[in-house]
Amino acid sequence: MNTECMAKEMRKLILTSLYHAKSGHPGGSLSCTDILAVLYNEEMNLDPADPKKADRDRFVLSKGHAAPALYAALALKGYFPAEDMVTLRKIDSYLEGHPSMKSTPGVDISTGSLGQGISTACGMALSAKLREENYRVYAVLGDGELEEGQVWEAMMFAAHYKLDNLCVFVDLNGLQIDGTTAEVMGSDPVPDKMRAFGLNVIEIDGHDYDAIRAALKTARETKGQPTCVVAHTVKGKGVSYMENQCDWHGAAPKQAEYEIAMKELENNG
Amino acid sequence: MAELKATRDAYGEGLVELANEYSNFYVLDADLAKATKTITFKKQYPERFIDCGIAEGNMIGVAAGLATCGNIVFASSFAMFAAGRAFEQIRNTVAYPHLNVKIVGTHSGLTVGEDGATHQCLEDLGLMRTIPGMIVINPSDATQMKAALRFAVEHDGPVYIRGGRLAVPVVYPEGSVTYTAGQSYRIAEGNDVTLMFCGHFHELTAQVKELLASVGMTCRIVDMPSVKPVDNKAIEDALKDTGLIVTFEDHNINGGFGSAVCEAACEVDFARKGPAVIRIGVEDAFGKSGTPAELMEKYGFTAEAVCRKILAAKAPEKLSLLDR
Repeated sequence: MNTECMAKEMRKLILTSLYHAKSGHPGGSLSCTDILAVLYNEEMNLDPADPKKADRDRFVLSKGHAAPALYAALALKGYFPAEDMVTLRKIDSYLEGHPSMKSTPGVDISTGSLGQGISTACGMALSAKLREENYRVYAVLGDGELEEGQVWEAMMFAAHYKLDNLCVFVDLNGLQIDGTTAEVMGSDPVPDKMRAFGLNVIEIDGHDYDAIRAALKTARETKGQPTCVVAHTVKGKGVSYMENQCDWHGAAPKQAEYEIAMKELENNG
Repeated sequence: MAELKATRDAYGEGLVELANEYSNFYVLDADLAKATKTITFKKQYPERFIDCGIAEGNMIGVAAGLATCGNIVFASSFAMFAAGRAFEQIRNTVAYPHLNVKIVGTHSGLTVGEDGATHQCLEDLGLMRTIPGMIVINPSDATQMKAALRFAVEHDGPVYIRGGRLAVPVVYPEGSVTYTAGQSYRIAEGNDVTLMFCGHFHELTAQVKELLASVGMTCRIVDMPSVKPVDNKAIEDALKDTGLIVTFEDHNINGGFGSAVCEAACEVDFARKGPAVIRIGVEDAFGKSGTPAELMEKYGFTAEAVCRKILAAKAPEKLSLLDR
């Protein structure tokens, strides 16, 4: 499956799982889908048959509420059957509302409480440095998540310990629960702040596959400094009525909405 | 006069001793190495020591990330900032995935002294005890601290160890005690009351025992570093043999060691009359996804599940009637 096709299938799985769950977070799952598609389909050294392989690359979804996007990527790569996506958030499911490493194969760390995942990504990257191992660590932060002070503690740490095996994406979709990030808690200019914290900053369109690929290549080639890819994205990307709408941060589509979304995703592929 | 030594000093020394035996063993601190005594380790193993700066939340996350890669990780700060400030990081990022992170909070309790209330953590035992799967240990002297550290390294999962700033008597000869979860040490025999403590209370309990002896009463003394799990058998025995337990902790009486002993005491089937209290609630587990109704049922919040517990305690012969 090529990456474009994988992203389209991921979006459909995200919608389907949320529709069946009747709750969850479509907006922020759809905004980081293309980034995850490139990471899982092209970039990361992984073995779905051996999810805990020691030399695998690690992935940390620091914005854990985008769990459906992560699960969709894992399902399409064969970590578990895609049919199980409809059990998302259900009582006997292994697909928790937020990623749980004890429940779901392929999840490298449990996340959900914002600001915490990025620190664990630093720990994973540091372990590789200390033990002279070659794997890389990828993390995705939300832009609302940047309001958590711990993110900046982690950025300081990553730069201080020269974690050049760490590549952090900021899914900059501009919206959070209570409004735009500009209204709720302005974090601009994100690239300047990241640069000031010592990161190698690359700014891209987070839905442009070639731009994502190029950023990852630069990150791999950058020595002595962690990379931060500030990815400009559209919250709800791919579903017209969800795009740039705050209210689709944490609401599941009802049947009619679900059908429209699936039709749009099918036709736009 | 016994030698005086702070448990934090034993912590620094214990880390060095263990690092000799284990590879992939790392120690993190948040700019307090000189105070927590991880400096002792840092001097010996600078390449295995990571200073995280004054950022305890991030330190706990880094520790968790290191643990997911198969490392044994100790993370230290003052009890206030480790258990207090980083509580939620410990809860969600260390304990929820049950990672192999050992958190050592030094400078606990009033015996921090002159720094005052902001630094005297009186809540850490309570906070750490509420976290599912967390082992909580408050050693009473340097020797017990080293035994607790060895247990922590051998145990797969999160452990919180509470240390102190104050130099206190080394009661147990070096290397003379071993420790495992839930263990206590009966150190004096008596019939009228049991003095049960965690932390640095050897001296005070000995003084109480002596003063009571002067009025003709005898004391059993139990040193119980195991705040979670407590030694249920020692508590039950103390109740049956002496009828009264007096607990000691350098901590708020709410939520800590005394509360843990009370919980165990209330659940003792004393004199075969059944327990005094049955607690309905989440039994030291994390939640999961599901509807509220499904979750309440799964975690035992149904009339039938509650009644079964009541009948098992009060009228086991009636249990079968519920099956109809």
